[in-house]
Amino acid sequence: MNRRARTPARCLLALALCAPAGVALAQSGDTADGVGGKLLLTGGVTQVEGAAGGGLTPWAVIGGYGTRDQIGANAFYTRVDVDDYALDSYGVLVGFHDRVELSFSRQKFDTQAVGGALGLGNGFTFTQDTVGVKVRLFGDAVLEQDTWLPQVSVGAQYKRNDQAGVLAFVGARDDSGIDYYASATKLLLDKSLLLNGTLRLTKANQFGILGFGGDLNDDYEAQLEGSVAYLLSRNFAIGGEYRMKPDNLGIAEENDAWDVFVAWAPSKHVSLTVAYVDLGNIVIADNQRGLYASLQVGF
Amino acid sequence: MKKSKLLLLCCLLAAAGAAFAQTTPEEQAMLEEEARLAAEEAALDAGAERDPTAPDPAPAYPELRPVLEEFGGREGLDRLMDTFMAGLLADERMGPFFANADQARVKRQLAEQFCVILGGDCTYSGRDMKTSHAGLGIDRADFNRLVEVLQVAMDAHDVPFSAQNKLLGKLAPMHREVVTE
Repeated sequence: MNRRARTPARCLLALALCAPAGVALAQSGDTADGVGGKLLLTGGVTQVEGAAGGGLTPWAVIGGYGTRDQIGANAFYTRVDVDDYALDSYGVLVGFHDRVELSFSRQKFDTQAVGGALGLGNGFTFTQDTVGVKVRLFGDAVLEQDTWLPQVSVGAQYKRNDQAGVLAFVGARDDSGIDYYASATKLLLDKSLLLNGTLRLTKANQFGILGFGGDLNDDYEAQLEGSVAYLLSRNFAIGGEYRMKPDNLGIAEENDAWDVFVAWAPSKHVSLTVAYVDLGNIVIADNQRGLYASLQVGF
Repeated sequence: MKKSKLLLLCCLLAAAGAAFAQTTPEEQAMLEEEARLAAEEAALDAGAERDPTAPDPAPAYPELRPVLEEFGGREGLDRLMDTFMAGLLADERMGPFFANADQARVKRQLAEQFCVILGGDCTYSGRDMKTSHAGLGIDRADFNRLVEVLQVAMDAHDVPFSAQNKLLGKLAPMHREVVTE
């Protein structure tokens, strides 16, 4: 119980620490030249592995508010607090001329008491570093409103986990891997609706937290991911996401993940996303559900 | 091409005529200046013509008539344009584009354009989007900034967000004619 009470407090503390930076940036004003020229929230937020998108899924948008003539950047901190685990993810991304996005992020997965039960020690933590690249191939999700043609991007995420020994023990075949994905994003302005679909080729177990490939399967598998967001106002969006995941490890059944979220962007410099997320079964702990909170600052 | 050749010929003839008449250098300079001004005027006239390749700047969508009501009809659009223009003039990025424009005309034509698009009984008296924005050097950030100022104005007039987006959905494709940079 002590653990459950502590983690939301840590989450709030981290958000409180980040918030003044966001507010300070916001005070420089949205009207000034040099501030990114994209419309509010159309750059998405930052997904758990550091790419611009929803919370779980990359979108075809290039992160940051830079247009074709500009460079945009942002930093994010995400806390996912489910029943028996906690995941912290933080990183930065840069969007170049609405064409190329580079991202660097770190995911820390705290096994809390489960780590102790597995003999790894309470609070045993897997740390994964992810380097991402995304390239917009064609389309403009926002402006091309008289055609169904979406914005389409392709991307890759290289991930390296720091617990090779434990990963080998659970049956993972590798401690690093590359996900490849293609995303199509379309804003249907007349319905105030944003749709995204992503096809990911991956070997990652639990996003890579439990390594890559396994005793059941060591081939790339195509996984579908989808997001729907309804724009309530310029500053608020609500929606849901679904992300399929492979099931490669014999000793640890893996399920798909989903969330429902609210995103709030009081200005282009700061956004806050809060979600209820279900990550399914993770190793010996079933039905991992809980709170997802993500703060993004940038321009 | 034809026009410029004709002008060049005129200039040459004028120069030849001037030489024949034994004009003074001052008179010759004046004639050359006149020819240059005439050429500039001709170029401006050519630019003011409607571009037959440009899409209809005010296509009517009768199904959006209920959206026009949410804007308060034509009168609502006129009131909206006062706020919109004030916002544009006050904006660091947008101000320079409109400071020296005939603001009353721009407001009237924008209200007409929006009214026609939203299925109203109005007539758009302006030029096509390609011609009216030619040479202004508008980039995507400018275009998006204008949308933002419009959103703020629509919020100020309590236009429901869904109604705003139905109008913006029809305006957004105009970026192809408006954005030239």
